[in-house]
Amino acid sequence: MIGSFAIAWLGRLSWHAFPQAAVTRGAAVGIVLGALVVLTLLTYFHKWRWLWHEWLTTQDPKRIGVMYVIVAVAMLLRGGSDAVMMRLQQAVSVGSNNGPFSPDTFQQVFSAHGTIMIFFVAMGLMFGIINLVLPQQLGSRDVAFPFMNALSFWLFTSGMILINLSLVVGEFSAAGWLAYPPLSELKFSPGVGVDYWIWSLQIAGVGSLMSGINFLVTIVKNRCQGMTMMKMPMFAWSVFGSMILVAFAFPILTVTLTLLFLDRALGMHFFTAGAGGNAMMYVNLIWAWGHPEVYILVLPSFGIYSEIVATFSRKRLFGYTSMVWAIGAIVFLSFTVWLHHFFTMGAGADVNAVFGIATMLIAIPTGVKIFNWLFTMYRGRIRFTSPMVWFMGFVFLFITGGVTGVLMAVPAIDFQVHNSLFLVAHFHTMIISGVVFGFFAGLTYWLPKVLGFRLHEGLGKIAAWCWIIGFMLAFFPLYILGLMGATRRLDHYDASLGWQPLFIVAGIGAAVIVAGIVCQLLQLAVSIWQRNERRDLTGDPWNGRTLEWSVPSPTPFYVFTKLPVVTERDQFWADKQAGKKQGGYEDIILPKNSGVPIIIGGLSFLVGFGAIWHIWLLAIVGLLGIITALIVRSMNDEPEYVLTAKEVERLENARRRKLKEYAVYE
Amino acid sequence: MKTKHKLGLIFVVFTVFVSIAGWYLSRRSIPILQPAGQMGRKELHLMLFALLLAVIVVIPTYAIAIMIAIKYREENHEKSRKRVKYDPDFDHSRLFESIWWGIPIVIIGILSVVTWNSSHALDPYKPLASNKKPLTIQVVSLDWKWLFIYPKQHVASVNLAEIPVGVPVDFHVTSDTIMNSFWIPALGGQIYAMPSMDTQLHEQADKTGSFMGSPANIAGHGFSRMDFTVRAASQTGFDAWVKQARQASKQLDNQTYQALAKPSDNVPVTYYSGVMDGLYNDIVMKYMMPQTGAAQ
Repeated sequence: MIGSFAIAWLGRLSWHAFPQAAVTRGAAVGIVLGALVVLTLLTYFHKWRWLWHEWLTTQDPKRIGVMYVIVAVAMLLRGGSDAVMMRLQQAVSVGSNNGPFSPDTFQQVFSAHGTIMIFFVAMGLMFGIINLVLPQQLGSRDVAFPFMNALSFWLFTSGMILINLSLVVGEFSAAGWLAYPPLSELKFSPGVGVDYWIWSLQIAGVGSLMSGINFLVTIVKNRCQGMTMMKMPMFAWSVFGSMILVAFAFPILTVTLTLLFLDRALGMHFFTAGAGGNAMMYVNLIWAWGHPEVYILVLPSFGIYSEIVATFSRKRLFGYTSMVWAIGAIVFLSFTVWLHHFFTMGAGADVNAVFGIATMLIAIPTGVKIFNWLFTMYRGRIRFTSPMVWFMGFVFLFITGGVTGVLMAVPAIDFQVHNSLFLVAHFHTMIISGVVFGFFAGLTYWLPKVLGFRLHEGLGKIAAWCWIIGFMLAFFPLYILGLMGATRRLDHYDASLGWQPLFIVAGIGAAVIVAGIVCQLLQLAVSIWQRNERRDLTGDPWNGRTLEWSVPSPTPFYVFTKLPVVTERDQFWADKQAGKKQGGYEDIILPKNSGVPIIIGGLSFLVGFGAIWHIWLLAIVGLLGIITALIVRSMNDEPEYVLTAKEVERLENARRRKLKEYAVYE
Repeated sequence: MKTKHKLGLIFVVFTVFVSIAGWYLSRRSIPILQPAGQMGRKELHLMLFALLLAVIVVIPTYAIAIMIAIKYREENHEKSRKRVKYDPDFDHSRLFESIWWGIPIVIIGILSVVTWNSSHALDPYKPLASNKKPLTIQVVSLDWKWLFIYPKQHVASVNLAEIPVGVPVDFHVTSDTIMNSFWIPALGGQIYAMPSMDTQLHEQADKTGSFMGSPANIAGHGFSRMDFTVRAASQTGFDAWVKQARQASKQLDNQTYQALAKPSDNVPVTYYSGVMDGLYNDIVMKYMMPQTGAAQ
């Protein structure tokens, strides 16, 4: 009786699931204590009701965007600590010294680093920024499906909690961030680590797919009057390209993860060695998602650069049509190159050559974009604010990554550097300068719109320089190490190889990047502290060009008092030049708050947790709960409410009065 | 600081850095840049050629980026005595855009031809042209060591492959466990070692020496402690090595193989004086037809 009860409600869970090693135990205690402190503070200050009504149940994309960014920044700190641990291990684990971490811990650390940085940092920042900016840029108040937008966020968060829970209960995958079988199969990874990986990505991935569809429909349906596709801001275009990729690529991920889970949980043989399974199929499938994923991340970042360069050069974006075509070419080509991640599998010269050439073709539209940005600056009046420092860092570093990328696109060269630290250096160059710098630049650029005050410029510039210099110190040595024959993911190497000095330099680089992150946190803290002196009273702190700058900062929840009408590409700039001001009041329909998304997020967490630990009853309860929640939601006939024009006017006047009070600080 | 001074400072720091790095690297072995085999040498030449093509585009791009960034700064508009143009509506130029669509297309076009040809010429499955008879070595990735079987010589070794200089070597590679990648940087190239698959790598050492071999794909707990050595010796040296291996007390029969296949890492070099016939084939095929084969 007790036995069957335990199997139903505990599955594989037992006391042994709690961490044994000192490092993981410390992390687990840290996470639990951190959570307790937050909960205590919320209770002490009676903030639960506020949190629930203002944030947890909100369907306002601006608030959802802020929550995405908060989660992503927290995950940046987690993934960053993983990176520091890796650098530490590789700097000291030479010869007779085995370093601070055991091979198994180290392998969990780098698997977690890659997974967290891509899924929960880069994707989180991307969806956060899109939520904050896209609807306003389109002259819209909201996304197409506000409920689904909130649901996406809570699924993302549910996956995030699950992946971090692996530190406290059980273990994480030690199979690398893409968990190739046979290593990730039950035979070689019998623990719950790979299951944690599968389910945190599965749940977050479903959220991403819904976001992708949501933003795609938003762009197609929610553009304001007069905004044809070719009058959209370039950021909206790049999001459009990226979300097409999400809609096509994420289903592949969902299926692949499901098949791997079926192998592990039900003893099927999709990817096993033997019994008819084929691991090569997994490698193909995961990269058929994985390669487009890179462009999913980089395209919105390109869009951000397009906005920033035009604004800070006080010039129209150069080659708008070229840029659109370049995005289209990248979207198409990104689905034709996945095999370049495994030329060394032995597919043969014809296949390798075709994929190699397809890969190089991507360099053409990407190069075009860089030249268009440079010529946006040409004959401009460039202000080198911190977003521009990020941009210039991007231009110089991204090109070096492009060169090494073209080298590796030649299969015969790739045979020599594949899976080496040369490759690690290459893709970090692309992702850090191409994606991360772009998102940081975007946050610096748009946070005044969100927060209502500007960030500290000096600290922002120091942070950018720390990242740029730290990046070069951390990753250029890895190129050389790769040429010396150093494989990625080594937890130990021989002293006679002479690699240690370069690993130490890389470690110093990581420390400089950490200093950059500290500056960024400091920048935020100082800016909040000095918020009264830093208020943006105009709503247009940068002399912007697109519609989001036409509304006050922070953006009111109704965004536009009356939806704008567009006749030009840079409508707000054109309005300013003509001395025109769009305005007026109208009745506004807005979504009501709903607790259903966060509840579904919680239930999907139960499904994931149940599936990981084989507590099937819990998984079924969670699944039934989700279905029930969706049925209840679909019974709700009034998910929206009307804000009358009169009420909008009253709110506007109150806001104006408040502005006058702030103006005292000026 | 003035821009001129800033640039000077950057230049000095850069030069110091490059010199230190150059001094350091000149005293280190960088197998990919110092190949000991014809495959590695051709791959290096290809890499340098592709790099050169890329640099033709990159250097002007950097120069343009720096010039534009310096010339069109806000301060320059105000301070500079020379009039700096500000043209806020200059947003397209058919000529300019044709240049930066056109030049990359040409360069990538050239590189595509090179890619197609080199993919075939340097295909690791292609036997190397030579008047000497190639040596076949069967490589098995195990948890966590490499087994090298010499089917003609009837010897086998763990974590050390001896090869004769100037003779093409046909590596046949598989895995009896997790997937791995078989990489000898000094000779050139790598190929995945996968269970139930027989992949090939054709290489040849042109110099004697001892070369690092690298397991290039994560393969679980002992993955960092399964590096191997490839030693290139003269033909007589190689023959002597085979003779030495034949003196080994152990033979690689089914039982010994099963014991060897059990997980272990940091395994010292071991020789086997005899190898069960068809062992490699059995290892590959056992995943296909679980009923047959001795290496169960």
